Amino acid sequence: MNPLVQRIVRRSAMFVVALVFIAAVWELYKVVGPEDGGALFGINILPRSNGRAMPHVWDMLSRYGRPELRSSERKIWRVVLAGAWFSFRLSLVGFAIGATVGVALATLMARFKVVERGLLPYLVVSQTVPLIALAPLVVSWGGKLEVFGYEWPRWLSASVLGAFLAFFPVAVGMLRGLSSANPASLELMDSYAASWTQTLFRLRFPAAVPFMVPALKLAASSAVIGVVVAEISTGLKGGIGRLIIEYAREATGDPAKVFTAVFGAAVLGLAMAGLVSAFDLYVMRNRPKEAL
Amino acid sequence: MSTVSVSNLNKVFNKGKANQVDALVDVSLTIEKGEFVSLIGPSGCGKSTLLRLIANLLEPTSGDIVVAGKSAKQSRLDQDYGMAFQQAGLFDWRTVTKNIELPLELKGWDKAKREARSREMLDLVKLPEFADHFPWQLSGGMQQRVAIARGLAAHPPLLLMDEPFGALDEMTREHMQAELLSICAATGTTVVFVTHSIPEAVYLSNRVVVMSPRPGRITKIVDVNLDGNRNETTRERPDFFATITAVREALRAGGGHAHTGAGVEDR
Amino acid sequence: MNLRLRAALPPVVFGVAFIAWWEAAVKIFDLKPYFLSAPSKIWDQFANNKSLIWEATRVSGTNALVGLLAGTVLGIAMSFLLSRYKILGDIVTPLAIALNAIPIFVLVAVLNNMYSITSEIPRRLMVTLVVYFIVLVNVAKGLTQVSPTQIELMRSYAAPESAILRKVRVPNAVPYLFTALKISAPAAVITAFVSEYFGGAQNGLGSRITSNIANSKNAAAWAYVLGACLLGLAFYLVSIIVESAATPSGAKRTSGRSQ
Repeated sequence: MNPLVQRIVRRSAMFVVALVFIAAVWELYKVVGPEDGGALFGINILPRSNGRAMPHVWDMLSRYGRPELRSSERKIWRVVLAGAWFSFRLSLVGFAIGATVGVALATLMARFKVVERGLLPYLVVSQTVPLIALAPLVVSWGGKLEVFGYEWPRWLSASVLGAFLAFFPVAVGMLRGLSSANPASLELMDSYAASWTQTLFRLRFPAAVPFMVPALKLAASSAVIGVVVAEISTGLKGGIGRLIIEYAREATGDPAKVFTAVFGAAVLGLAMAGLVSAFDLYVMRNRPKEAL
Repeated sequence: MSTVSVSNLNKVFNKGKANQVDALVDVSLTIEKGEFVSLIGPSGCGKSTLLRLIANLLEPTSGDIVVAGKSAKQSRLDQDYGMAFQQAGLFDWRTVTKNIELPLELKGWDKAKREARSREMLDLVKLPEFADHFPWQLSGGMQQRVAIARGLAAHPPLLLMDEPFGALDEMTREHMQAELLSICAATGTTVVFVTHSIPEAVYLSNRVVVMSPRPGRITKIVDVNLDGNRNETTRERPDFFATITAVREALRAGGGHAHTGAGVEDR
Repeated sequence: MNLRLRAALPPVVFGVAFIAWWEAAVKIFDLKPYFLSAPSKIWDQFANNKSLIWEATRVSGTNALVGLLAGTVLGIAMSFLLSRYKILGDIVTPLAIALNAIPIFVLVAVLNNMYSITSEIPRRLMVTLVVYFIVLVNVAKGLTQVSPTQIELMRSYAAPESAILRKVRVPNAVPYLFTALKISAPAAVITAFVSEYFGGAQNGLGSRITSNIANSKNAAAWAYVLGACLLGLAFYLVSIIVESAATPSGAKRTSGRSQ
């Protein structure tokens, strides 16, 4: 078996083992933990272990097969899947916009040193500042703005937030990559009397690709976070964030329901990560193999 | 018409500042068509600087450089020379063939013409089976051969080389020297070759230009008159050793040290 | 001009120009407050509501801090186990990689249900979880990815595993711990905010921002955003200071992200 495939299979198996272990700990706590929560060293840190607060793992899984609402026929797994798919598409749009703008800005910064010196400190600081705090503000634009005569759709706000979060790692990673070109290779291009643009496309961009791989992974997860937070802070209809909030409200009557949506969000994140990883593998296919 | 003509060349770095360096002072040199000329000397003698001035990668402080009848700048724009460095400098993401085609792409050659030429060059450096391999799949010596193929791809009249075999082991180095000579004989290319190694300079060249530092200048030009064609036995012949001794003495005279000038090898 | 000042000039110029342009754009294009508020108005709101903003910052900041400390301690403890028993590492690493991709803060919805409605514990637990994995992965890396030459040397001294741990692995892991802290500090603040969007006590910065928007008080919301940025910045600066204090001058510093 191809060693790469071997590694993926092994990692997936270990992941499943980890999940089983977590499920076991969950059930164990349900057996030994206090029904109505308790205190440890005086702090009320122990959660309630009764059936309403902590449903059994099996209940969570089997909940997928039952209908969403008492009144409808639609099974919940369909609803969750549709919600995850909705959010996935929004994240994809956000990721694409953020990555494009990030690459464009990085190229600008590579071309004009003064732009790099002026903007780079802000880019670096932005990764320490909770930009997510802007989420409610961006989402509030929906329904009230008009751009070129088209009304700003609410879902676009979620994608814009995803794009905003994804943009920074891409810009920083791309800039680092563009500057990583070997000085000897730059001299070579000089000796060919190559223009800056020719050097950009034939040398700097390809040299930047290994730096983009981790940046894109971070950008993908940031886009998902942006979209989900946007959905949650405004209850944007159709997405997985809204489902989580809705089902959380019904938790007292139907405790397993919220878990179905939470797992759906997990699948969403993994799907985005998988997509980016596949892209990474394709783009690095001819490069010397280093530890992935 | 000579291929390279350098007159009264001066190059000063950091002029007027505390760390001013007189890299080259009053350097004059003429290189005829088809000649193989080596530049040798200890660190700081300006040999790499001279090479880069000819390549128009640096501008002179004063003096003239004429390459193939034009100014150095025009020669670079017209792509009248090829270059090879110590690190082969191949692009990891391009196949061997695409690496060789790089200068041709930049010159705007069409696909068919490029492919024909790269195939021809691969045959010349004896690596036709590796056309679709990637640089990291090749050994150091093979990568240098590809770099030379790239340097000669546009059939320039002049090849500039900056210690291209410096990173290779001794056996590969000697083999590459023989390869280089046969390639240049086949193409009739003029070569300016910077090196640290006296035997390498003597084996390859028609003339060895000995340089010395502080300030960088040419101290002596040694004519290499070896009987017959150069081959594996050449390195064991008396006239070979005699020429090596002549070069070594010129280096000592320039450096003013009792032993071999710093940075020059007897390998 | 002094070289340092010259380096600082472009970012300062860009920053000032940006704020000036912002202010001008709001006036010239007559931008409505629900879209964009003018910097001057935001600053007014910030100055007027200083004590309220500080209260909210204190709440969110405490949640972040508690989670940061707890997560770091637990992460370090677990990483020792991971370095000792290879099989644990094999199980935990794929889990950590997967969790990196997932918006795990959605678990707050679940945690809220397991505690009383006014408890701050769910939010603190969430921050702890996020920080725990960051610290765990990085410190474990530091404890295991040691130069083989150093291990060989220790074995030639017939040193027991515990000595190797103390003298080689732990010093090697210290820079990794600081890398983890520089990533976890901002992450803790972000997680603390985002957790507030799931309901529960509405006294932190995140909930204040949402409620101000719901009441169409956008300039006030921006003022709270400013407070949030300052909090995040403060956490990051503290993590840098801690690193500087603990690293002897001249020793290897880490930069940027590793995971």
